[in-house]
Amino acid sequence: MHFDPVLFAQQLVNGLSLGGIYALIALGYTMVYGIIELINFAHGDVYTLGTFFSLAILTLLGVTGVVTGPMLIVVVAVTIFGAMILCGLTGVIIERLAYRRLRNAPKLAPLITAIGMSFILENLMLYWKGPSPIPFPAVIPNPEFTLGAVTIQAKQVMVILLAIVLMVVLQAFVYNTKLGKAMRATAQDKDAAQLMGIDINTTIALTFLIGSALAGAAGFVSGVYYGSTWFFNGFGAGLKAFTAAVLGGIGNLAGAMLGGFLIGLIEAMTTQFIGDQWSNVVVFSVLVIVLIFRPSGLLGEALPNKV
Amino acid sequence: MSLAARIGSSLPAPLRTQRGKTALAFAVALVLPFLGHNGGFTNFLADAGAFVLLALGLNIVVGFAGLLDLGYAAFFAIGSYSFAMLASPQFGIHLPFWLLLFIASGIAAAFGILLGAPTLRLRGDYLAIVTLGFGEIVPQTFLNLSQWTGGPNGIGSLDQPAIFSYKFGFDALPYYFMVLGLIALAVWVANNLRTSRLGRAWMAIREDELAAAHMGINTTTTKLAAFAMGASFSGLAGCALASKLQLVSPDQFGFNVSVFILAMLVLGGMGNIPGVIVGSLILSALERFVLPQGTNFLHGLNINVDLTNSRFLIYGVILVMMMLFRPEGLIPSGQRKAELHAADEDPTAAAREQTLYTESVT
Repeated sequence: MHFDPVLFAQQLVNGLSLGGIYALIALGYTMVYGIIELINFAHGDVYTLGTFFSLAILTLLGVTGVVTGPMLIVVVAVTIFGAMILCGLTGVIIERLAYRRLRNAPKLAPLITAIGMSFILENLMLYWKGPSPIPFPAVIPNPEFTLGAVTIQAKQVMVILLAIVLMVVLQAFVYNTKLGKAMRATAQDKDAAQLMGIDINTTIALTFLIGSALAGAAGFVSGVYYGSTWFFNGFGAGLKAFTAAVLGGIGNLAGAMLGGFLIGLIEAMTTQFIGDQWSNVVVFSVLVIVLIFRPSGLLGEALPNKV
Repeated sequence: MSLAARIGSSLPAPLRTQRGKTALAFAVALVLPFLGHNGGFTNFLADAGAFVLLALGLNIVVGFAGLLDLGYAAFFAIGSYSFAMLASPQFGIHLPFWLLLFIASGIAAAFGILLGAPTLRLRGDYLAIVTLGFGEIVPQTFLNLSQWTGGPNGIGSLDQPAIFSYKFGFDALPYYFMVLGLIALAVWVANNLRTSRLGRAWMAIREDELAAAHMGINTTTTKLAAFAMGASFSGLAGCALASKLQLVSPDQFGFNVSVFILAMLVLGGMGNIPGVIVGSLILSALERFVLPQGTNFLHGLNINVDLTNSRFLIYGVILVMMMLFRPEGLIPSGQRKAELHAADEDPTAAAREQTLYTESVT
């Protein structure tokens, strides 16, 4: 196997844009894990739901193809915000119905519930749109730029930019607002936070709202990026995004972002240089290796073992 | 008094003990295939039996030791493929079936240790996701290594078991009795393990790993033993099912299968052997009879809904509802139940418990 620098550079671009999607999903995993120490298995399916909601909104708007001019901004904004709100509410409902009762139960219980929620969401989507891949309209004009021998598509730039912008907004929210402070306090010590007058139920619901809304945004982006989706899409993407969250250091927002981009790169490079069919195997091997050798992740602090 | 207890106390005295009930259950199981009208029922029993074996194996890992293994189907796959590669024209190797039972479960157990050794030090929820990843990697690897495994087609025309000159053939009945024998073995092993030093160590880890470690339990080797033991059961099930189907293929071992088996445990009662068996049989029957019959029934009412498509939705609902409202399962272990309901039973129950206890020890 010979090494081709042009292919490498091309896969660098592809991997970063792929990674943007994983990063957005990983943020939701890391926030929820950070605050209630639960691997929210249903999160990947909320992301797929984001694509489904976006599609429904676009259908309502009557959009079936490329939109240009000022209408583009309106359509994209309405769809993204719509998907984010609907996914955010879904996340809040899931937390209320399935996880809240089990907050003080043995660890196994909420994990099993989360698996169950994931199955429920997947199968509801199966009912909604059937088992085949669903085409997603190419909403955004997609001119290509060339940088030397490397081709960059506009939608790839969009994914990366959107991921970074949302990440910066989130970071600002968590570190510069009162609600963000409440979230960090709850993550650190629920009882103490409650004693300080923080309503932890609201705070945890808010965490689910934001995390799931980010998954909704990722859902829209992935629809545009791949041009199709299907009900089972969130399972693999969710696992990879969780790997990203762990790789970056679970509970750490910047870490989730870094992990997302790294996993995207690893996947793109594997596809190019080893073979598409091995990409899952390689990504999960990364997960296992990180957990064994550096369970706190690249940017995370060592966590006390509470399980 | 619960229905089960009512039935229990109406039995003749010798059958009221645990051993008596077990013997009764196996006696019923022995005549069960002859009550069906056709081979389809026996076929179902044989398949359901293999899943009982799997559920018993996963019960050691999840129920006894409290380790959430979401990739149990991977060990099932390894057991099945070990059998397929060593008893088929694939490599021209034809080892005897009964020897392969040991070899396949040994290989599955070895992979249990191989996966467990680096990962069992992890926090419980990380273990869940690693096993999930492992459950994805293994079938994918079998799919990719097509020069050895036949890729998506899998490995076919596997050897059939034989006892001396009697070949099992294509009828499900001998497979059923073989599976029943394996279940008897598995129940015996699991039951003895449960009360052994190792079993008590598993439960101590399940309740509080830190405390268990302070009591001098080597948590890593103890958890490894649970992984290996659970995996070895899946090796047995893999041999039984692969030889019956005459085929292994990578699509038999997906995440769905792992969750299917987990749902059996959650439904029946994690950690309780009779509960796990009942939960397993309920879900197998649901899949094979209730959903297709229900679909037919709805078609008769002109409602065009295919219930068989909703089985994974049902597993999801089972997992969520059981965890929320009855985490101990439909048939919780006596120990758990006694702990939870010791006070609210009527006073005669305590006396009856005492009698039962005396009967079972004398």
